[in-house]
Amino acid sequence: MKPRRKITGIASVTLLLSLAASSFILHRVDQLRPQATLDEVLFLSSPTVIQRASLGYDGLMACIYWTRAVQYFGYRHHYHAASYNLLAPLLEITTRLDPHLIIAYEFGASFLSPKPPQGAGEPQRAVELMQYGIQQNPDNWHLYYDLGFVYYMDLRDYKKAAEIFQQGSQLPHAHPFLKILAAQMAQHAGEYDTARMLWSATYENTQDKQIKENAIEHLRALRVDEDVQHLQEAVTRFGERTGHLPENIAELAAAEHLPGVPVDPDGQPYKLTPDGRVEVRVPDDFPFATMGLPPGYTPKPTLRDYH
Amino acid sequence: MKTSIPHIASNTFREAVRDRVLYNLIAFALLLSGAAILVGQISIEIEKLVVINLGLTAVSLFGVVIAIFIGIGLVSKEIEKRTLYTVLSRPVRRWEFIVGKFFGLAGTLTVNTFFMAIGVFAALFYVSHRFVRADALIFVALYFIILEFLIVCSLALLFSSFSSPLLSAVFAFSLFVIGSFSEDLRNFASMAHGVSRWLATGAACLVPNFSAFNVIASIAHEQPVAVQLILQNTLYALFYAAMALSGAVLIFEHRDLK
Amino acid sequence: MSPEPIMPSIEILGLEKTYQVGFWRKRPKQALRPLHLQVEDGEIFGFLGPNGAGKTTTLKLLMGLIFPTSGSARILGREWTDPAVKAQIGFLPEQPYFYDYLTAHELLEYYAQLSGVPGKLRRQRIEQVLHQVGLRDVQGVQLRKFSKGMLQRVGIGQAILHDPKLVFFDEPMSGLDPMGRREVRDLMEQLKQEGKTVFFSTHILSDAEALCDRVAIIHKGEVLRVGAVDDLTSSVRGKVEVIWQGSQIPASIKALGAECHVTADMVRAILDEKHQDAVIDALRRERLRLVSVTPVRTSLETYFVEKLRHAETTAGSIAGGA
Ligand SMILES: Nc1ncnc2c1ncn2[C@@H]1O[C@H](COP(=O)(O)OP(=O)(O)OP(=O)(O)O)[C@@H](O)[C@H]1O
Ligand SMILES: [Mg+2]
Repeated sequence: MKPRRKITGIASVTLLLSLAASSFILHRVDQLRPQATLDEVLFLSSPTVIQRASLGYDGLMACIYWTRAVQYFGYRHHYHAASYNLLAPLLEITTRLDPHLIIAYEFGASFLSPKPPQGAGEPQRAVELMQYGIQQNPDNWHLYYDLGFVYYMDLRDYKKAAEIFQQGSQLPHAHPFLKILAAQMAQHAGEYDTARMLWSATYENTQDKQIKENAIEHLRALRVDEDVQHLQEAVTRFGERTGHLPENIAELAAAEHLPGVPVDPDGQPYKLTPDGRVEVRVPDDFPFATMGLPPGYTPKPTLRDYH
Repeated sequence: MKTSIPHIASNTFREAVRDRVLYNLIAFALLLSGAAILVGQISIEIEKLVVINLGLTAVSLFGVVIAIFIGIGLVSKEIEKRTLYTVLSRPVRRWEFIVGKFFGLAGTLTVNTFFMAIGVFAALFYVSHRFVRADALIFVALYFIILEFLIVCSLALLFSSFSSPLLSAVFAFSLFVIGSFSEDLRNFASMAHGVSRWLATGAACLVPNFSAFNVIASIAHEQPVAVQLILQNTLYALFYAAMALSGAVLIFEHRDLK
Repeated sequence: MSPEPIMPSIEILGLEKTYQVGFWRKRPKQALRPLHLQVEDGEIFGFLGPNGAGKTTTLKLLMGLIFPTSGSARILGREWTDPAVKAQIGFLPEQPYFYDYLTAHELLEYYAQLSGVPGKLRRQRIEQVLHQVGLRDVQGVQLRKFSKGMLQRVGIGQAILHDPKLVFFDEPMSGLDPMGRREVRDLMEQLKQEGKTVFFSTHILSDAEALCDRVAIIHKGEVLRVGAVDDLTSSVRGKVEVIWQGSQIPASIKALGAECHVTADMVRAILDEKHQDAVIDALRRERLRLVSVTPVRTSLETYFVEKLRHAETTAGSIAGGA
């Protein structure tokens, strides 16, 4: 028995040691080539070539590319990257491999067109992606919604947006709010209301966690913008009435007969600067807010770009 | 101490040769020369790209297929046919048998790859009529491919030591495919939470990582390969193969022959 | 050569093997009850038993091809798992099969390398062995083209290739033509002459009878008897052969159930040993001339069949009683 037991021992130790060593090296290799899976997108960015190379397993490859797209965006977004060059090709490849992967179009609408660091800043490619999606899935009203959304939010083309929403609303099973949106676009109704409606619709109609979170962030930012706008108007009124600026936000609230000190969506009271500006306490918590930020405020530092 | 590893390895090599494994080189040569002649019509830049991409991909795929098909039978076939009886009743320890088989198969693949490499360079010369310095990068790609073979061989041998050839083939091919996407798997793992994260990370460490070995696309574009990567990949392949072989030895050492 | 203390070649110390059979729900199957056996240096030892008795199982255990459930063994005075033992033993498996892409020469060359036969000796040794097992004109022929008996001969050849001190043959005669059997018998005799120990399993009892110094009879994984062939066969309460002159058979002798054969002027009667005295008395009374009384030696085969039948009935009654 003895020689066998000795070999068993040696083999077990070797197995564990080499498992540990290979895992460690794997970690090192990953550090050596961050985002390495995306290298091939650099060399093979043609969706047609990738479709050919996947030898008919398009569905599986689409899932893999879709995960890569999400992973790519999530990783860079986390580090507030200043560019997302590969997002558009990744989504284009994904949707070419599986043209019915609706979530990929939604993702594109939400993250392809906004300016960095919130998105790739490529609204035109987002539009092309949506148009391709509509061509492939002409009966899906979600895609009309997404396209109209891009026109409205990033391209500010209200006429086009109204047109698209109108088209979408005529599809069978289309959500009724498409009609309302179309009408609102046409009337140029109050911007906050429309925006709020759009983001709420996005929030309710998606399954994707990242898209949902993005919508919430936008809704929170909308409330901040709206609050700050109202409070700023109140400050102006206060100044006109009394000839001086309010001491602090509490004085302003009392003068306006508000039930308490106004707070932001996080429950933090707004603050009033000595020169009469209303600001949020923690600007970093509201990445999409356009108002209530300190002058010259920029979001967190950005990550060095790899691509 | 005398060891029988070289004898077993060379017999394994001889078996592969007598089973006409090297005939795959003919298929390879046909594929490559066909491609070279066809792309000869297109512009010079793209034809080089095609020859390198197609040639190296074929080297890798042919080799993996051979490694799996020979590897899965290395132990189980000998148990099945009882050729092992007269080997193991000699002063041959079971672990020596496993290690010898591994080197025999790895040697077969290296020789096979050597001939294929000649084919790739010949095709390259045919389309571009000269060699440039960047073509030396092909050696790095070939080296990585051989490292990849070491891992595949060790895995095929591991499966062969406990399961039937058909099942081993299925296991080995699945691991090859999963291993080719293992970076995606690790990405999944890093996105998961809690227990599933631990499980996914564990699985990601156990499956082989082939993605780092595939530099074909980047060298086709004349992108240099970091020396660090060559070093790390070498170590990784050696440790991974050692791990799979230790597993095979552990299983085989305790196995009753049929 | 340094004088070595005389020790048994093989000592089996309670080797036991229980297989787990069944695909899904495993049931234990005891192939070998704890087995104790000792084989002396320089003898030819026969391991006899019917199909499924556990002969092959025992040999595979001794070769380290399968692992025992319990027990151990010593071969040539060492622990049986000791790799050093393997260099001094040869093994012929039952229905041997070899790398069929090799020729007999290549196979033996490979095995000689594995057994550590020095390079200089190999060629000569291979020729010698091929001659010994009667394989001629096989140069350049792959083993896949060999007949069954030829493979058996290769198998015997590889077992004695490295000049081992102890050889194990599992049914060495199977598949051989009469000439081949003769040759293998001679070969075993010759091995014995050279001072080697031969341990072989068989069901061909005439071979065992002719060759073996001692035999063991194994049945259902259990050793029933061990001993010299002579002792085993004469130990049975056998029959006697009584021969007298004339052609007359007394009625009293007939009544004892004797088998009588009348030849020209003799009667040959075979009957139970216990009636021996009664027969002699009867002959005396009839004044017939007694020529000889000899115990009939049972053949090993008779003994074997008897022994197994006995084992069956006792096993049956035990099983029935439980
Ligand atoms: N791998 C196995 N799994 C389960 N049972 C087995 C296995 N090998 C042998 N056996 C059983 O062990 C018993 C002894 O088998 P063994 O091969 O040793 O018999 P044997 O004496 O060599 O017979 P034969 O004369 O037919 O060669 C048989 O009942 C057989 O069914
Ligand atoms: Mg048998």
